[in-house]
Amino acid sequence: MGEEMKVIVFGLANEEYGIEVEKVRTIERMMPITRVPKTFAFVKGVVNLRGVVIPVIDLRGRFGLPESEATESSRIIIVAVNELEVGFIVDSANDVIDIDSDTIDTPPEVVGGVKAKYLRGVAKVGDSRLLIMLNLSEVLNKSEIIQLEQQEA
Amino acid sequence: MDMNAYLSMFIDESNDHLQSLNENLLKLESAPDDISIVQIIFRSAHTLKGMSATMGFEDLASLTHEMENVLDLVRNHKLAMDNFIFDTLFKGLDALESMVQDITGGGTGKADVTAIVASLKAIVKGDYKKEAASESSAAGTASPEDGNKLDQFQSSILLQSIEAGMSVFHIVVTVREDCVLKAARAYMVFDFLERSGEIVKSSPSAQDIEQEKFDRTFTVFTIASISGDELRKGIESVSEIESAAITQLDKESLIQLGAASAPGAPTASASIAQETVAAAKAQTAAAAASPAAPAATTAAPAAGGNASRTIRVDIERLDSLMNLFSELLIDRVRLEQLASEIRRNDLTETVEHMSRVSSDLQNIVLKLRMVPVESVFNRFPRMVRDLAKSLDKKVELVIAGADTELDRTVIDEIGDPLVHLLRNSLDHGIESIADRVAAGKSETGTVHLRAFHSGNHVFIEVEEDGRGINAERVKQTAIKNGVLDAEAANRLTDNEINMLIFAAGFSTADKISDISGRGVGLDVVRSKIESLGGHVSVESTPGKGTKFSIQLPLTLSIISAMLVKLGAEKYAIPLSSIVETAIVPREQIRKIHGNRMIDYRGSVIPLISLAQVLDCRSFPEEDELETEIVVIRKGNKLGAVTVDEFLGQSEIVLKTLGKYLTNIEAISGATILGDGQVALIVDPNALIK
Repeated sequence: MGEEMKVIVFGLANEEYGIEVEKVRTIERMMPITRVPKTFAFVKGVVNLRGVVIPVIDLRGRFGLPESEATESSRIIIVAVNELEVGFIVDSANDVIDIDSDTIDTPPEVVGGVKAKYLRGVAKVGDSRLLIMLNLSEVLNKSEIIQLEQQEA
Repeated sequence: MDMNAYLSMFIDESNDHLQSLNENLLKLESAPDDISIVQIIFRSAHTLKGMSATMGFEDLASLTHEMENVLDLVRNHKLAMDNFIFDTLFKGLDALESMVQDITGGGTGKADVTAIVASLKAIVKGDYKKEAASESSAAGTASPEDGNKLDQFQSSILLQSIEAGMSVFHIVVTVREDCVLKAARAYMVFDFLERSGEIVKSSPSAQDIEQEKFDRTFTVFTIASISGDELRKGIESVSEIESAAITQLDKESLIQLGAASAPGAPTASASIAQETVAAAKAQTAAAAASPAAPAATTAAPAAGGNASRTIRVDIERLDSLMNLFSELLIDRVRLEQLASEIRRNDLTETVEHMSRVSSDLQNIVLKLRMVPVESVFNRFPRMVRDLAKSLDKKVELVIAGADTELDRTVIDEIGDPLVHLLRNSLDHGIESIADRVAAGKSETGTVHLRAFHSGNHVFIEVEEDGRGINAERVKQTAIKNGVLDAEAANRLTDNEINMLIFAAGFSTADKISDISGRGVGLDVVRSKIESLGGHVSVESTPGKGTKFSIQLPLTLSIISAMLVKLGAEKYAIPLSSIVETAIVPREQIRKIHGNRMIDYRGSVIPLISLAQVLDCRSFPEEDELETEIVVIRKGNKLGAVTVDEFLGQSEIVLKTLGKYLTNIEAISGATILGDGQVALIVDPNALIK
C-alpha cells in the first residue's frame, strides 16, 4: 500500500484529471476576467479573488486542445505551487476522491492530447475510471513556453 | 553634540545588535567550530561597543570590550569555545540587555558589571578552567539559597530603612497549583506591593516572573508603609494566590542574610579567583534584576532624557494592514456608487462620513510606513569627511530637508544609490584644491544634499560646485565604449549627452580610483531608482557644477489615477505622469512621416493609440470624429495617448499581477475597481519611446 492521497477531480475535453487537494486553494464559478494584453494566448487574463489579483489560464489552451466557450459547469480552480498562484479554467470540477499513490502508473507518451511531461501519471480508480494526474510545476513552467515562442518567431 | 537626538536610534540599533548577538551565539553553540559566526558576533559586539562609547555609556562599552577580547581570541583560534565561555558570554549579554533597557526607561545605563568583567578577564587569561570544576559544585549548593540572598547594596538599603524606623518584610508568595496566569497574578501582587511600599529585591527577578519563569513561589524583599497583616490581606486578596508567608526583618536577621550572601557558598578551600567567578553568578542575577525591578523607577531618570516612545512593528504587519485597508477602499468606492444610485439622504450622508473617515485612515496608514530620510542622511557627513580626506580635497556637505518623509520600502533601498552619487560627486565633481584655486573658486567645495516634497513625489538632489561634466569627453567615451555611434552622438543635446553617464559600462575617470570610476555605479543607480518607480536626471554647467536629481514616488501602494475606457475595457493611468486631458477633432491630427501627430501648445507631439499598444479590439478608434487624449510626460518628452472615454479620477490601490505574469509590456500592475473588476494600470513610461 502506498500513501492515501486526496485528489480534486476535474473534467477537460472528455477526460478526467486530478490535482492533489493540498495544491488547490479554492474552486470558483466563472467570474469576470480582465484581459491582459501581450501575453500568451492561453492566459485569459486576471480575476479579483477576494482582493487578490490572480492570473487565469485556459487549461485547454495550455495543453494545445481546442478552446471552447465557458458553460454553466465551467469552473476556475485556483492552485498554489512554488509561490505561484494561478487559476485554471476547466470544463467542470465536481469530485474529491481518495486514491492510493501506488495505483499511479507512469503515463504513456500522450494522453487525451496532453504531452506526458505535463503529467505525473495515470491513476486507476475503481474498475474502469482513469484519472490523469497533472504535474503542476511543469504546467506552470514558463521558460519552456518562451523558448517555444522564440523558435516559432 | 546633542545626544538626545540620537538616543532613540541608539536604542533601536543596540536592540538589533543584541538580538543578533543572541541569535548568533545560539547558532554558535550548536556549531562551535564555525568561525564565520564568531566573525559576525565580533562585528556586532564591536559596533555596539563603538556606539555605546560614543553615546557615553561607559559601563556598556567596557563590558562589550571585554566580551570582544574573548571573541577576538576565539576568532584567531587561540581559544576554543566551551560551555563556561558560552555561559559567561550569555550572562554578559543579559547584563547588556538590562542596561539598554534601563537606558530606554530613561536611566543612565549604569550597572555593576565587575563580576562578569572579572570572569571574562579570567577567560582571556586562560586560568578559568581549573576553577570551573570546583565552581560548579559551589554554585550547585548556592543556588537554592538564591532567593534569600541580598547583595551589599540591597542589604544596606534595607538596613538603613530599618534604622530609619520603617518596616522591612521578607515575603514568600505561593500561587495556587491550578493557577492559569501565574505571571498576571504575580504582577498583581507586585502592583499591590508597589502601592504599599517599595520592592527592593525579588527572586526570581521581576523580568523572569513576568515571563512566567518561576515555579509556584517567589520571594520579595519590600519596605512597606503598612503592617504585616495588611500586607498579607492585600496579597491574599489577589485571586489564585495560595499563601503569603510574611516575616518582618530586623537588623540581626538582615545581617545573617547579608553574611550568607557575601562569599558565595563558603567552601573554605576556594581560591580568591574562584570567589570572583562564583560571585559572578550571584551578581549577574542581581544586576539583571535591579534595573528591571520596579524599585529602579525610583532611581533618578537623569541624563538619558525622554527618547520618543516608539514601537517597532514588523513591516509585514503593516503590509497586511495596508491590504485590509485597500479592500475597505474598494468597498468604499462601491458604496459611493450605490449611494448615488439609491439617492437616499441618510444613506448618502453615512457614506460621505465613511468616506471622510476612511480618507483620514488612509493618511494614517500611509504615514505609518513613512520614515524621515534623516535615517539615511545621517551617515553621510562622516562618510563625506573620510572620503574628502582620502582624496585630499576640502569638502563641505550641506544637508537640507532631512525631515522629509518617504515610504519605508523606499528608504531601505535609497541608501546605496545615494552613496554612489555622493562618491561620484566627490571623486569626479569636486576638483582638487589646486585646481579650485586656479579656477578662482574657494578651496572648499560644497556638496548640497537636499530632500523635498513636490506633489506626489519626493525629490532628492545631490549638487556640487565642481568642474561640471565635460560633454565632449562624455560623447567621445560613449562612442569609444560603443554606447552609441558618432552620428547619433552628434544629434544629441547637451542634456541628452549628460544622461549618457547613466549608461551601462560608462566611466570617464582617467584613472580608476578606489572610490568610483570602475564604470559600474551610475547605471546601477539608475536601474535601482527606476525599480522604485522613480527616475534620476542630471544637469551640469561646465566649470560651475553638477546636479543629480532623483524623483521618487511618495508611496508605492496607493496612487491617484485617471480611469479611462477603451471599448469594454477599463484602464488606469497614474495621475503623476498626466499633464492634461483634452479632446481633439479628427481634422487636427496630422500625419508626419507616417506618424500621427498633433499640435499641443505650440509644439508637435506624437499621438499614441492605447488601443493599438494594448491590442484592444473592442474600441473602433477609426470611427471616432473627436478623439479624447491624455497628454503624458516622460522626462521632458510629451505624448498624447488616445482613449475612448474618460471615467474620472480615483485613488487606486496598486496590486501586482502575480508572479506568473511578469514583464507585461506597457502594464505596470493592476487595481480593483469599485465594481470588483480588475483594471490594469498603464505604464506611461513604456508608451513614450
